[in-house]
Amino acid sequence: MAFELETAEHPEKLRRVAIEPISRVEGHGKVTLLLDEDNHVKQARLHIVEFRGFEKFVQGRPYWEIPVMVQRLCGICPVSHHLAASKALDQIVGATHVSPTAEKIRRLMHYGQILQSHALHFFHLASPDLLFGFDSDVAKRNIVGVAADYPDLARQGILLRKYGQEVIRVTAGKRVHGTGSVPGGVNKHLTREERDALLKEAYQIIGWSRDAVHLVKRLFEQNLELYNEFGSFPAHTLNLIRADGAMDLYHGGLRARTMDGKTLFDHLDYNHYWDHVFEQVKPWSYMKFPYFRDLGPAEGWYRVGPLTRVSQCDFIPTPLADRERQDFIAFDAGHAAAATLGTHWARMIEMLHSAEMIKDLLHDDDVLAGDLVTTGERQGRGVGVIEAPRGTLIHHYRVDEHDQVIRANLIVSTTHNNQAMNESIRAVARKYLDGRELTEGLLNHIEVAIRAFDPCLSCATHALGKMPLRLELIDAEGRQIDRMVRAGDGTCSC
Amino acid sequence: MSAATLIVGIGNPSRGDDALGPLAIERLEAMAMADVELLTDFQLQVEYALDLQDRRRVVFVDAAESGPEPYAWAEVRPEQDTSYSSHELSPAAVLHTYAQLYGTPPVAHVLAVRGYRYDLGAPPSPAALANLDQAIRRLLAELA
Repeated sequence: MAFELETAEHPEKLRRVAIEPISRVEGHGKVTLLLDEDNHVKQARLHIVEFRGFEKFVQGRPYWEIPVMVQRLCGICPVSHHLAASKALDQIVGATHVSPTAEKIRRLMHYGQILQSHALHFFHLASPDLLFGFDSDVAKRNIVGVAADYPDLARQGILLRKYGQEVIRVTAGKRVHGTGSVPGGVNKHLTREERDALLKEAYQIIGWSRDAVHLVKRLFEQNLELYNEFGSFPAHTLNLIRADGAMDLYHGGLRARTMDGKTLFDHLDYNHYWDHVFEQVKPWSYMKFPYFRDLGPAEGWYRVGPLTRVSQCDFIPTPLADRERQDFIAFDAGHAAAATLGTHWARMIEMLHSAEMIKDLLHDDDVLAGDLVTTGERQGRGVGVIEAPRGTLIHHYRVDEHDQVIRANLIVSTTHNNQAMNESIRAVARKYLDGRELTEGLLNHIEVAIRAFDPCLSCATHALGKMPLRLELIDAEGRQIDRMVRAGDGTCSC
Repeated sequence: MSAATLIVGIGNPSRGDDALGPLAIERLEAMAMADVELLTDFQLQVEYALDLQDRRRVVFVDAAESGPEPYAWAEVRPEQDTSYSSHELSPAAVLHTYAQLYGTPPVAHVLAVRGYRYDLGAPPSPAALANLDQAIRRLLAELA
């Protein structure tokens, strides 16, 4: 393995590839490709920042502040952190079961989050690649290009996202920095007016979501070989699952399967996740590498997220989404359901499922009235797991007798997918790197692979003009022989 | 009916000088200005194009990791943007999205307040807060 190129023999190189602190704050991605003596790619490494600082940041804080504070982890999916933390803190306050009203309002919030995040991802980030092609003019590969050539599609994408955000606003109390979910439940009902306003648009949202699923399917049909093969790799999987095997993005047990379909564990109580999942530290990355303990660090890495959830559940408990799931699984003898770009298709199926769930929950009068908060016997430890837009999200806290958080462990979706993303980039680099010179085309192909996962950088931080992607080519001697940087405005420099 | 002026403060309150945008909004809220709507968020996203509808002008207030001190005030025009991530969109790209969907966007400016440190959990630096004081004075003068 090419990891040997950066071990004890050349420790100075480890320092050289590390991300400097200022970049860690701003958030960026860096990919290094290591070549062997014959110029074959031996290792591809995606370097992304981690959230260890945040785990320390919450230590010493009173536990009831945590569901609000953790939203500052991520500006794209703050609700996922809000809810995962709330679920963990439910256990701290002894709420073994929150009230039906609280669970339904939280679920509504969560499906609003999934819908808006998936809409943003597909229409803003992925559809330019898919509609215009990976090698198309870089000026077109963005939401502006989509808006110019597909104005209805771009408008639908924005309105879908806006709708999801409105669901979040009425359930969380605010468009951002919401406070709706609290340890033991929620702090408000929906008003009848809020419910009716959302219901009025719900059917249109379902229709647009279904159209988006069909659009991705058509793109697959038109580019079958490319879509099946691009950046694909076999992987073990991890996801939450409902007791009857249904997809459940809010709550359930953990299901782990190997790449050949063998079940490692199923319906596992997530309070015991640590008995089965461990995190490996590697010197060249700030981000840890989780793996299944039973398989060990070398073989035990796995993939989480929409592709895993849609392909590994037994069924989806809403009719339109489940019909699309069946099509997806059966398509081209199952190849799409194993392809990295199948993630886009799975993501749209989940968006449709979320839209259906939102409609069903809005028809349930429990969201208008009922008990908001449950309490019980105080505990010192709590674990909350949720399926966030990008995959399984784990929050784990220990709280002392003074109500202060004394330990926190967060495993975010991007960390679960760390090795999987590296595998995908490696597959792309092997196929598209030609010689020892980096090209804009190669950079974009790597970006396409990264976009399928949409890793979460240190994204709650934002400063003007700072989110580059750096690509470096390193030879067998450890020398950098080429580099390329994509700036935040899309321009490339060498 | 929308207020004629929209001011959007961008940044994370928990990351040192990245809080400058939200802090600007907090201070402006206390002034209760007429016909001005204030929004704050971690970062811009495509749906902000919808917030620009029926506005006469828009101001984006954000921390700037580099550039002039104490701040830069500049008109921003629609411009395309590309990224490998869904986690960032520039003010220019929001305007461009608006332009593609609805036509000519409102006049827009960026108030880029120079920041210096972005450590998690750190308070805004004194130097950045001093920059913010001057930036807000400029903003109020522009709005007058």
